[in-house]
Formats: sequence, C-alpha cells, structure tokens
Amino acid sequence: MAAAQLHFKGVSVLNIRIKFQKYGVMKFIGHLDMMRYFQKAIRRAGIDIAYSGGYSPHQIMSFAAPLGVGVTSGGEYFDIEVNTSKSSQESIEALNQAMVEGISILEYKRLPDTAKTSMSLVAAADYLVYEKPGYEPFFSSLEELQEKVQAFYEKQSEIIITKQTKKSQITMDLKPFIYEMKAVKLKDMGLKDMGLKDKVKDEGLKDMGQSAEYGLFLKVCTGSSNNIKPELLLEAFCRFCQLDDNLLRFQVHRLEVYAKSEEIPVKGEKERADYQKHLEQLKKTFAAEGKKFPEFLPLGALGEDILWETHC
Amino acid sequence: MRKLALNDEILLKIEKPARYIGNEVNSVMKDPGKVDIRFAICFPDVYEIGMSHLGIQILYDMFNQREDVFCERVYSPWCDLHEIMKEQKIPLFTLETQSPVKDMDFLGITIQYEMCYTNILQVLDLSQIPLLSSRRTQQHPIVIGGGPCAYNPEPLADFFDLFYIGEGETRYDELFHLYKSVKEKGGTRQEFLREACRIPGIYVPSLYEAGYHQDGTIASFQPKYEDVPAVVKKEAVVDISHAPYPRKPLVPFIKATQDRVVLEIQRGCIRGCRFCQAGMIYRPARERDVDMLKQCARDMLTDTGHEEISLSSLSSSDYSGLKELINDLIGFKEQGVNISLPSLRIDAFSLEVMGKVQDVRKSSLTFAPEAGSQRLRDVINKGLTEETILNGAGLAFEGGWQKVKLYFMLGLPTETEEDMRDIPRLADKIARKYYEIPKDRRNGKCQITISTSFFVPKPFTPFQWAPMYGKDEYLARARIVNEEMKEQLNRKSLKYNWHEADVTVLEGVFARGDRRVGQVLQKAYEKGCIFDAWSECFDNQKWMEAFEECGISIGFYNQRTRNLDEILPWDFIDCGVTKKFLLREWERAKNGEVTLNCKQQCNGCGAAAFQGGVCLEHQN
Repeated sequence: MAAAQLHFKGVSVLNIRIKFQKYGVMKFIGHLDMMRYFQKAIRRAGIDIAYSGGYSPHQIMSFAAPLGVGVTSGGEYFDIEVNTSKSSQESIEALNQAMVEGISILEYKRLPDTAKTSMSLVAAADYLVYEKPGYEPFFSSLEELQEKVQAFYEKQSEIIITKQTKKSQITMDLKPFIYEMKAVKLKDMGLKDMGLKDKVKDEGLKDMGQSAEYGLFLKVCTGSSNNIKPELLLEAFCRFCQLDDNLLRFQVHRLEVYAKSEEIPVKGEKERADYQKHLEQLKKTFAAEGKKFPEFLPLGALGEDILWETHC
Repeated sequence: MRKLALNDEILLKIEKPARYIGNEVNSVMKDPGKVDIRFAICFPDVYEIGMSHLGIQILYDMFNQREDVFCERVYSPWCDLHEIMKEQKIPLFTLETQSPVKDMDFLGITIQYEMCYTNILQVLDLSQIPLLSSRRTQQHPIVIGGGPCAYNPEPLADFFDLFYIGEGETRYDELFHLYKSVKEKGGTRQEFLREACRIPGIYVPSLYEAGYHQDGTIASFQPKYEDVPAVVKKEAVVDISHAPYPRKPLVPFIKATQDRVVLEIQRGCIRGCRFCQAGMIYRPARERDVDMLKQCARDMLTDTGHEEISLSSLSSSDYSGLKELINDLIGFKEQGVNISLPSLRIDAFSLEVMGKVQDVRKSSLTFAPEAGSQRLRDVINKGLTEETILNGAGLAFEGGWQKVKLYFMLGLPTETEEDMRDIPRLADKIARKYYEIPKDRRNGKCQITISTSFFVPKPFTPFQWAPMYGKDEYLARARIVNEEMKEQLNRKSLKYNWHEADVTVLEGVFARGDRRVGQVLQKAYEKGCIFDAWSECFDNQKWMEAFEECGISIGFYNQRTRNLDEILPWDFIDCGVTKKFLLREWERAKNGEVTLNCKQQCNGCGAAAFQGGVCLEHQN
C-alpha cells in the first residue's frame, strides 16, 4: 500500500519501520530483552541508527506492541530512526545476517517524516491458537469446535470475565473487543488469508505439532487502551467449554498487528490532508475492484520500500 | 529446530527461562557425531554471573577452534529449576545441544570463589554424576577443576578427577591428545588419569595421600606412586599478546553482570599487596601489546554489537600503553560506545579521561585504601598514601564529582582499634576536602560511602599463616567503625556498609582447608545448601550443623596460628612465587616494611622462572 504521494519533510533522520517474526526458542525471550537484542543486532548489522544526545546516548527505537513470554509471532513491528539507509533489501539482508535462529526480518520500510509511532497506532492483532504436541487434543473435530465457538462468541450477548489488577478485581465484558473469532483448519493457515505475504513463510507456524489439526483464529483489540491478551479470552473460552484450563497446552501465535485504517497515521496539517487524499484514492481502488475496504491495515502498510541508498 | 531439554510447562513456570535455552549470538553449534571430544564447560553459579566470566569465554572459543572438540556451556540452574529437576529427575544439560552433561567426555568447572563450592556439588548431582571421583566409572565424564581456587584444591579433592593448576591456554591440547590416544587404545579412566598427572600443571588428587599429626596438622603429603610428580607447577602463558583471545564473545539475551566487551589488557600485577592472592598467583605481570588490544576492541565491538567496553586487569593504571589505548577507545564514543574504566588510580590523567567518558554528576569515584591508617597500609603493602587519596579526591571534587566510594578490610593482621577508627576519620578528611571548595562552586552535599569486608587469608600470599577471628569479633570491629562514624564532623555526608560475618568464616575454612573439610561440604549440600554467595539462599544454621555432624572444628582452620614450618595443604603446588619469598614478606609485614613494586625493583619472588612479562624488563 504505497504512500508514494506523501510528503517527506526535510529533516535530519529517516523513519524506518521494521517487521520481524519470532519463533522457536526465542519465544522465551521477554519484551525488554528483545529490545536489548535488537539494539545490539542493529549495531552488528551496521545500520546507521540515530542516537539521542547526552552522556549515555541511546538508540531511537520504539516497539509497537509487546509480545508476552511464550507467544510466537509472524508479525512484530518496531520503529527506528536512521541517519542514512541502504535499500530495504540490503538492509533486510544485513539484519538477517545478524539474527539468531528464531528471529527473522521481513520488512524494512521508510515512513513519512511525520509518521506517528507504531505504538500509538496499534488497534488490533490477529492470533492463531493451537494445541502443542504431546497433549490429547480438545479440538478434535472442526464442526465441534465451530459449534463451541458459535455458542461462546456469537450466541452470548456478553462475555464477562474477572481480571486481577494490582489493587482489585475488576469485571469486564470482552465481547466488544473481540472483532473476530472462528475455528480454523491449521493446514489452511500460514501462507494466505492472514495478511501474510504469499512469499513469506511464517516460520512460527512450523512449530505447530503434528497432533493438532484445528485451532482458533482471533482478531482482538490491541494497544494502549483495552489491550486484550488472547490468554484472557482463551481462559474464558476454556471455562465456558468446561475444559481443564491449563493454558500452557496452547500455543498462542500472533499473526499480524494492525492500525485502524480510518486513523490518520501522520502529524501535521499538510501531511494529514495529503494522507486523506491518498486514503480516498485507495478506497476508490478497492471499490473499483469490487472489494470491501478493510477496517484495519497492517502496521507495515504505511511504509514504502527503499529502493536505493538514501541520505537525508 | 533445536529441541529443548525442558518443556514449555517448566520453562514458563520458572524465572528467566532464557537462562536455559542457549541460542545466544556467537554460540557455537557443531554436529556432536563429527567430533572426538565433547566438553562441557561450567561456571557453577547462575547464568548471568557465569556468562560474565572472561576465562570461560577464552576457553570456549579456544576449544571450539579445534575441529575435533565441541565445547558447550552449563551453569547452575537457579533454585526454582533445581527443585523441579530433582523432583522430575531431569539430567542437567548443556545449553548448545541440550544434551545431558553426563554424556560428555569432560566436565570442566571453573572455581572462582569458595562460596560456589556447594554449587559444584549441585552441578554434579543434577548431572547424575557421582559426587565422589572414586565412584565414577568409564561412562562418566572426566571432571576437571580450574581457576584461582584450584591453587588450594584440597577441600575439593574428593570431587574432582583432576585439577588444572594455572592458566588454561597452555596445556589443553596435550590433555586432549592424551585422552584421544588412551581412548583409541581402549584404556581405562585410571590409565588416563595416571598419564595425565605427568602433564605439567595437572594434579590428580586420587594419586596423592595425606597423613596427619595427632594435633590435626599435616604430617606428610606425597604421591602414591613413584612416577607421579611430587610437585605440580602452575601453568602460565609467556607471551599473552599471542595467546588466544575470543574476537566473537557470546552475547546473552538477558542482562548479564558484564553486559559489555571485556578487554583483558594485562595479566598479573606488579604491586604485591600482601593480602591479594591474584597479585601473587598470576605473576609475572604481563602486558598485552597495545596494537593487539586496539584490534581486539574493534573486532569484538563489531561482532557483539555491545554498547560498552571495559578494560580488565588487576591495576589498569600500571599498563604502560594506557594513554594510547584509551585515546583510541574514545574514538568509539561517536558510535555510541560507552567506555568503562575500573581499577584506575585516581590522578589528573584518569580524571581527565573519566571526565570525557562518564557523566561526572552521576558517577562515583572509587578508592580502595583497604586499611584506615598509614601504619596498616604499610603492613599490607598497599602503596596508597593518605596524601595521594586526598589529592585525588580534591582534584575530583574540583572536576565536579561528589560521590566517593571507599573500600576497606577489617580484621587484617596486626589491626588495632586505632586502625579501625582511622577508617571513618579518613573518610571525614575526604569530606573536608570537598567542603573546602567555596559554596558557590559546589553542588550541595558530598556523599562518601565506606564499605568494609572482613579479611580472609588466602593461600600463596604472605598472609597465608595469619590467624582469623570468630564471627562475633568481626562484628565487634564493624561496630567500632560505626561508632567512630558518629564522631565525625561531616558524619551527615558519610555512609557505612559492612558485610555479614558468617560467610567470611566459611570462606576462611575453605580457602585454607585440607582434604578433610570436603565432607562438610557434602553434608551441607545434602542439607540443601546451594547458592551460598546469595544472601537469600544462604543458611548458616545448616552449615553449622554440617560442621558439628562431621566433627570438624572451624577454629582449627581459622583461628589457629600456623607454625612457619607446618606443611600447608597447598605446599605441593609451585605457583612460581616461592615460600621463602612469602615468608620474607610476612616478616616485613609484621615490621611494617614496604616492598617496592616489580617495575621499581625485582624482589626475587621466584616468578622470574617463567621468563616473561615484567621479569624480563629487569634483565635488559
């Protein structure tokens, strides 16, 4: 989704959005350690990242949505600022040279200079939940699972859960924050349908065991307000189905993180107006092709590939 | 995809699962089927501590350079996992291939401090390797110990098959060669050990026998067989500029204690502080070539991506190329690299450098006078005078620093109450120096922090004969310091921290113990003692019970005055520095006589036998 018409204001840094996947043993590395990992990896890869001033300069880097320990992902994002940049392709290659097994870089895109941070844009995320190998599958037939999901999600008018906070217990209705929930055949997952590019293999899905055939697809509200952890939903679902709720039997895999397509992801009056025009154009294109304009756009959609070495 | 030894249910239940998954940047993977020797190298403490240790990084890299060897790492599982592994009988595993340690050819354990001894037993126990060397069979790995505590290996003699005395860079090739040839011939474990004991630096405890006098002191210590050497000479690298050094050190995912590139600029120390074991056993002092270090720094920063580099040595200010090296390193500042400079003498040069690389307002200056009075500093041969300290502090305060840390030891030989009281008095004089600066040029109060530890006499130091005190006496000494603190003019700018004394007592026993204290160790482990260096895990009660039940007297090892002609448990080791020299230094200490450092004058300590480093300077 090109943003080619957008204005790039003359500033001293380039905004870059990086998309990566996290799988295998790397799911045990927590969010803060992932940030430390990338700080060092970016140096190893020779990315010309911008530093803050002062006595202890730090890299300018911000992550979209922290991923819990134990969760794998095919679509994680963070933003950095660089002074100069090689092409996207070269940068992806250099970064992948510096990665360990379990992390790979999928996208490296330039954002408009006035782009809002990915963190402030996050609105939704897709997840796939499946049973790990070594457990007797609960989800033994697609029809049965579909029925359960229907009874739980479609037929209930509200899904009340209790959440333990630091100070008290609160009850909340999950339903308005679940945008989609359905039973899926795992074999069908992975390459299409999930916002993943055709060419990109989601390595995380290779972790899927042989024993599980079906899983749950979820699209839930994500971000700073009303961040719905899929584990929370899963717990409620298990209780509803009267399943033993050992959540560790499930692997939660994040597929993609989204911004609301209606939210304008840039700052500045002129830039916003430009984006608005771009958006309308885009909607027309969708309409002309007879497609519904999506409510959410992947976080990477705003950026554009860098085709050759770029200086400010 | 590698399969982990622990399942998700365990890994997601315990603290910091990243300690157990391996896969770190620059970790080495090989096909175990394609090597002749599998080596597990172990630091018997928690991952974050173990990963910070330079020696392991050097050996890991050096071993893995060999095509026929695959070296993997193992650390002590933290208490939470320890319990699960015991309960579910999960064998301890290596991080790289997640294979059971018991399937390795060698298990090499570095022994850095006494309070990790129970963790050595933990590692053996969880690995399902018999604790006692005598119970091990052909199927078990050869268990090797090394590191500074191996200079008195006797408390651990029963648990190790062999010890490597000295620096690891020199003799492993021979040891591996021997292992392969014995294995090819179908030789036994005993045959291998019998041959290995003839490699210089290798000590096989089962081939020696100790006899005791009625009073408990050692009557004899000798090899059981004629072909076993009576003396084991420590190994030292002569040319450390050409010794192996890892250009691609491991980079952990979780924050390790040393989360930075570590550049060892020299080994050994010219100073000769009489309490310091490192200053004696790593003689002769040897410097690395400054160009080699510059190149190393560059390579290591590139290949790790670390944001910080730290110089490592016992006394960085003595390194002759320091100015040149630091000026080179400051160039990395532009790439966002921090430079940390521990163990620098505080003078105009170091303050200038630190002003460039640190935030003066936030950082603190460290002095280690070790003793409060000049008299006692002369006894311990710490060549730091009050004048030097006050001048350094004065310069620092002028430069904008406000925080000073001071390190002292209590319970040093000949220490009097006056010496103890001089500790806060010295701190107060430093504070006065600060308040001499006109009010408009200073920034509020200064902060002087005094820390004291209790002195533990170590083998191969001039103080190896010195008696220690009991726990109560140590605490009484700390109280005197605390009392005197309150008498000081600038008491509101002073802060005092002291250590617990329980651990000191145990360190004393295991530092200078003989073979008989090994049983206490085993008993304490069986009672559940592990991670004794961690105050949240340490249980002195259990330790005291273990001594009681084994009938071992702490007083015999700690408070007794040793005769100068007594056979000490470590006498069979030749560390270069002679017993004659140590005795002479012990006498000079008691007379308060200072001995010049190795650059000023050769004092004939014996390390010149290695024909390296500072010893060669005097010949020219």
